[in-house]
Amino acid sequence: MQSERDYMRRSGNVQALSAEAIQQSALSTNKVLRNTYLLLSMTLLFSAVTAGISMALALPPMTYLISVGVAMVAGIFVLPRVANSAAGIGVIFLITGALGLGLGPLLNIYLALPKGPEIVGTAMGGTGLIFLSLSAYALTSKRNFSFMGGFLFAGFMVVLIAALANIFLALPALSLAVSAGIILLMSGFILFDTSRIINGGETNYIMATYGLYLTIFNIFINLLSLLGIMGDD
Amino acid sequence: MEWMKIGQAALLIMFIVVLIPAVRWWSKNSPKAEKGDWNAALLPLVGVVLFIALLIYIVRG
Repeated sequence: MQSERDYMRRSGNVQALSAEAIQQSALSTNKVLRNTYLLLSMTLLFSAVTAGISMALALPPMTYLISVGVAMVAGIFVLPRVANSAAGIGVIFLITGALGLGLGPLLNIYLALPKGPEIVGTAMGGTGLIFLSLSAYALTSKRNFSFMGGFLFAGFMVVLIAALANIFLALPALSLAVSAGIILLMSGFILFDTSRIINGGETNYIMATYGLYLTIFNIFINLLSLLGIMGDD
Repeated sequence: MEWMKIGQAALLIMFIVVLIPAVRWWSKNSPKAEKGDWNAALLPLVGVVLFIALLIYIVRG
C-alpha cells in the first residue's frame, strides 16, 4: 500500500513536471516569436526611413552594390558572433539600414519608368501580402516545414549560379526565371523559417529576424524586377 | 558599368561560397517529410504563383 502510494505520488510528480516543462517550452517559443516580429517591424520601418533618405539625396546606383556588400559581410561574419548580446541589436539595425539605403537608388530608377509608381506600390503591397499570408499559414498549420531545408538551400544555390551567369549573359528570359525562382524560394523560406521558430529550431530572435527580413527584402526586389519587365508593353 | 558587373559577380561568388556548407548540412540533416507535408507546402506556393500572375495582370492594365 505504502509503495503504491509512493509510486502514484512519483508518477503524479513526473506528470506535473512534464506539463510544466511543456508550458515553459510554449512560453519560450511565444517569447521568441513575439520578439522576432517586434524586431522585424522595427527593422522594416528603419529600412524604410533610410530608403527615404537615400531617395531624397538621389544617391548613385553604386550605393546599392556597396550597401548590399556591407550588409552581406556584417550578416555573415559579424551578426552570428554578437547575436547573443545587446550588440546584436545594433548590428541588425546596421544591416537593415544599409539595405534600405541601397534600396533608394533602385526605387528612384523604377519610379522614373512609365507606370513606375504603380509598379513600386504593387510590389510593396504584394510583398506584404505574400509575407503575411505565408506566415499566418505556417503559424496556424500543424505542419513542421523544416523538411524543406535541403530542397530550399539546394534550389537557392542553383538560382544564385544562374544569376551569376546572367550578369554576363544579360538574357531577359533568364532574368525573369531567376526573379521568379527567387520569389518562390523565399516564399518557401518564410514557411521554413517560421516553422523553425515555432518548433524550437531557432531560439535566437535576432537571427530569426535577420532570416525573415532577408526573405522580405529579396521578394520585394525580385517582384519589382518581375513587374518592371512584365509590366512593360 | 563594368565595375558594377564585376562587383555584383564578386558578391554573388562570395555568397555562393559561404552557402556551400549550409547546403551540404541541410541536404544531409533535413528531417524527413511526413505524409501530406509536401502537399501542405506546395499549396501556398501555388497560391503565390497565382497571386503574382494577378499582380502582373494588374500592372499591365
